[in-house]
Amino acid sequence: MAEVVAPKNSPKNSWGADLFALLKQHDVSFLPFVPDAGHADLIALAHADNDMQPVVLTTEEEGVALACGHWLGGKKSVLLMQSSGVGNTINMLSMLANCRFPFVTLVTMRGEFGEFNSWQVPMGRATPEVLAAMGLSVHTVTQEDQLVKTIDAALYSAYASDQQVAVLLSQQLVGRKEW
Amino acid sequence: MLQRREVVAQINQARGQALMVTGLGSSSYDLHAAGDDDRNFYLWGAMGGAAMTGLGVAMAQPERQVIVLTGDGEMLMGIGGLATIGVQQPDNLCVIVLDNGHYGETGMQASHTQFGVDLPTIARASGLPVSLAVENEAELQQLCKIITTQAADKSGAIFASIKVAAESPERSLPIVDGVEIKNRFRRTLGLVPL
Repeated sequence: MAEVVAPKNSPKNSWGADLFALLKQHDVSFLPFVPDAGHADLIALAHADNDMQPVVLTTEEEGVALACGHWLGGKKSVLLMQSSGVGNTINMLSMLANCRFPFVTLVTMRGEFGEFNSWQVPMGRATPEVLAAMGLSVHTVTQEDQLVKTIDAALYSAYASDQQVAVLLSQQLVGRKEW
Repeated sequence: MLQRREVVAQINQARGQALMVTGLGSSSYDLHAAGDDDRNFYLWGAMGGAAMTGLGVAMAQPERQVIVLTGDGEMLMGIGGLATIGVQQPDNLCVIVLDNGHYGETGMQASHTQFGVDLPTIARASGLPVSLAVENEAELQQLCKIITTQAADKSGAIFASIKVAAESPERSLPIVDGVEIKNRFRRTLGLVPL
């Protein structure tokens, strides 16, 4: 493959490695994703680790069905997506409610706090309500010191008690894309 | 033209120990009519999710063969999933489309496949190593042989689109309770409910 050059304006974060360690601790090795700059570190770490299976998707709803199938086969997963992708998942989330599949998604927010691109705003604004309307518990993380603790709780409640949990990573945490 | 219930009965015979996922509507009824089995995960909704549910199982259970059975409308709704399967190359996954060219559950409206959209070509172009168009009994028997071979040697992902008559056989309804469908499927793998 040809060398690729990432744009310089993507936000950098320091917690990708902490999240990666947390996923390992919870025995999560399956990471369906539609990329987002906020998830870039986690995705790169997963690609570099032979025990992890990052799965690139064409649309986020694939990741919901994949996570359900993976649990049917006995394995845990975490879906990585951006708030705009939440809209793509809505009907597929009905699988979680109907079959009570354990489910965790980490959603990096756009259009929510310091957004340059107004086209991100409607779906960003609707994201928590859409997820709640489909029956998920929604936790928003704005501060770095709450991040690992919140995702740890999400993974624990999903895989200890069949819960469906979305953790929204606020733009306050992820940082904004500079234009 | 091939009859869907006959086709699915033959696939069910050829499945051996395979786990199966069915798309909503007639595909679920057809497999149920062929014989209810705890290893069948019947979808009653989540249109477009059958192939990805099957891929999820296949990647969690690489030693088991997984067969997805769905309709042309359901496959079209999740058509990007073929690209995702092409990237992952699961050698234990077989995706079978029963293509009657119609949305059967909603009144037999014509689907894209009647207008030249060719699912096996899409699957091949997505990188699935085996992609078959099945239109007669001999080709169906060939597909059944390939399914048996895949079970034995995990010879690579299979896609097959089977042209079937646009008919609506009497419904044969599997259980609707998703939690039960999930739990009984998992129990066949020795996985207990939480």
